Amino acid sequence: MTNAIPAIEARGLGKRYGHRWALADCTLAIPAGHVVGLVGPNGAGKTTLISLATGMLAPTTGTIEVLGGLPASDPGQLARVGYVAQDTPTYAGLSVADHLRLGAHLNPRWDAGLARRRIEQLGLDPKQKAARLSGGQRAQLALTLALAKRPELLILDEPIASLDPVARREFLQALMRVTAEQELNVVMSSHLVADLERVADYLVVLVDSRVRITGEVDDLLATHHLLTGPRRQAASLPDSQQVITESHTGRQSTFLVRSTEPVIDPAWTVEEVSLEDLMLAYMGHASGSPQGQRLEVRQ
Amino acid sequence: MIWLTWRQFRPQAIAAACALAAVAIVLVATRPGLSAGYTAAGLSACHAHCATAASIFLDRVGNFDKFLDFAGVLLIIVAPALMGLFWGAPLIAREVADGTHRIAWNQSVTRTRWTIVKLGLVGLAAIATAGLLSLIVTWWTSPIDAASLAGGSAQAATGGNGVHVTFNGFAEARLDPVIFDARGVAPLGYAALAFALGVTAGVLLRRTLPAMAVTLVAFVAIQVLMPNFIRPHLLPPAHITTPLSTQHGQVNTNAGTGITDIQLTGSFNQPGAWVLSDVVITPSGAQPSDIVVTPAGPEFTVLPRACTPTPGSAFNPVPCRETLAAMHLRQSITYQPASRFWPLQWIETGIYLLLAAGLGGVCVWQVRRRRTP
Repeated sequence: MTNAIPAIEARGLGKRYGHRWALADCTLAIPAGHVVGLVGPNGAGKTTLISLATGMLAPTTGTIEVLGGLPASDPGQLARVGYVAQDTPTYAGLSVADHLRLGAHLNPRWDAGLARRRIEQLGLDPKQKAARLSGGQRAQLALTLALAKRPELLILDEPIASLDPVARREFLQALMRVTAEQELNVVMSSHLVADLERVADYLVVLVDSRVRITGEVDDLLATHHLLTGPRRQAASLPDSQQVITESHTGRQSTFLVRSTEPVIDPAWTVEEVSLEDLMLAYMGHASGSPQGQRLEVRQ
Repeated sequence: MIWLTWRQFRPQAIAAACALAAVAIVLVATRPGLSAGYTAAGLSACHAHCATAASIFLDRVGNFDKFLDFAGVLLIIVAPALMGLFWGAPLIAREVADGTHRIAWNQSVTRTRWTIVKLGLVGLAAIATAGLLSLIVTWWTSPIDAASLAGGSAQAATGGNGVHVTFNGFAEARLDPVIFDARGVAPLGYAALAFALGVTAGVLLRRTLPAMAVTLVAFVAIQVLMPNFIRPHLLPPAHITTPLSTQHGQVNTNAGTGITDIQLTGSFNQPGAWVLSDVVITPSGAQPSDIVVTPAGPEFTVLPRACTPTPGSAFNPVPCRETLAAMHLRQSITYQPASRFWPLQWIETGIYLLLAAGLGGVCVWQVRRRRTP
């Protein structure tokens, strides 16, 4: 699934509620063929971005295209995108089988075999009403509904936030299995960094309604370094090294820097960063815009 | 989409079908008795001047049938409101409140189609329910309506001017504002509007209970406004001015105390007409303040001096009658004739259906606006 059309492309995208911008000035192009982790603290704008991408909301400014089309603009576009909404809603009064029938009636590309197999694997009773399923089972049912639609892009909004650890692991395993089998584009939001670390190969970090950084996980890991050495000012670092976070003790300074060039200064002890540390650094002590210009350093 | 709409609507549809069946069973079981009474009173064979036969029939209608007649009217008036509250208001509000709209709007069906199919199918079900109810009740009550149209009145409050055909409080002319609402095609329009009001309130408020409250208030307001302020003018009302003379009037005297009561009778006699205004005027057009119009006819609240008995002397009715005649009183009546029943029914139903369609458009537009994450 490597083609030129991005999975999601946003230009100057913004959404305002009253005076508050839930998402501002969002410009990004997520290439196809990835499992994208959309990460950020609560209230950073993850759900807003996803709602715009699924067409649940209309943007206040800018544009957003999903797989090259306007979100939810017509049945064809709707068929290409699967969506598992936050808290994985289901129709309480309908049975598991009714949900599958719903999917079959409303989606031309419905894969009844896939839906049936998944329900069997999960051990769900088709006659059971959705209201009586556990949170994990409901999430799995919602995922089944989205998958059997045979979408090209699957969007999940905090699908596992409310699940217990066992259900969370099962959900993520199911998701990884399917993405491997179907070559599916996936965008999944979470404020649980560890969960994304296990599945995502591309990251979008949102903080305070703005995109902080986007990129492939491998690239991000290769270009971020943790430098420890004698105390120095951030300004004394070369321009090629963008400081993300810094901390100082009496004699020692620690910098998390982003640099496409290798760090060769012998004064530094250079360490690799884990993805979790990297995401936490951007979420907690953001200092750069996605374009890489230095704006400010906050401690 | 049709399947999902039906699947979600199924419990309400079954409840409505059961209620309709129960009503139908009771009415079908009791109707033969009513028909028999109609035939026995000679009304089936009567083609002209049937008022007496009609009155005989209406006098004989039993208490249980009177109750059913009343219950039928009540049911048809209440049913559209119930459908607006319990079918209309939750239709979309409940999806948004439960978050299930996020499932529905992300299948391969556009939101516009989703809204139109839901609105259309459940709306048609509401209209059909009201239609069946109206059909059954109108059929059951047709002997009573026919007798009323023939000029009959129960336990004859005769001596009236024939305008107000009262049946001892259990049925009236079908142009009467309350009866009009419960007959013919109008209930279809009411059901459509109540339902559309419910859905619209639900879409705008996004919560079921407040939407139900708003629907009830709005629908009741419309149902009060319509007969009182709009329906009288849907067709230009007819107008008639007739002389009131003491020859037609009834002067009740009591040998000891003199006149007890003066009732004047006009020549207006149109069974089933809907009287919008009924006043007594003098030749100059003034309305004497001491004459009130009662269902039985105009009555003096203060007796003219010539008609006031003098204590101690025998009462002489002649000068009283002469005084009344010299006043040249007339009765001025504005009314909708009974023949306007069907034109008014169709016009009103059309208005309600148009309003409902307009509200449906508002719903589609609001759902398309995409402001509900």
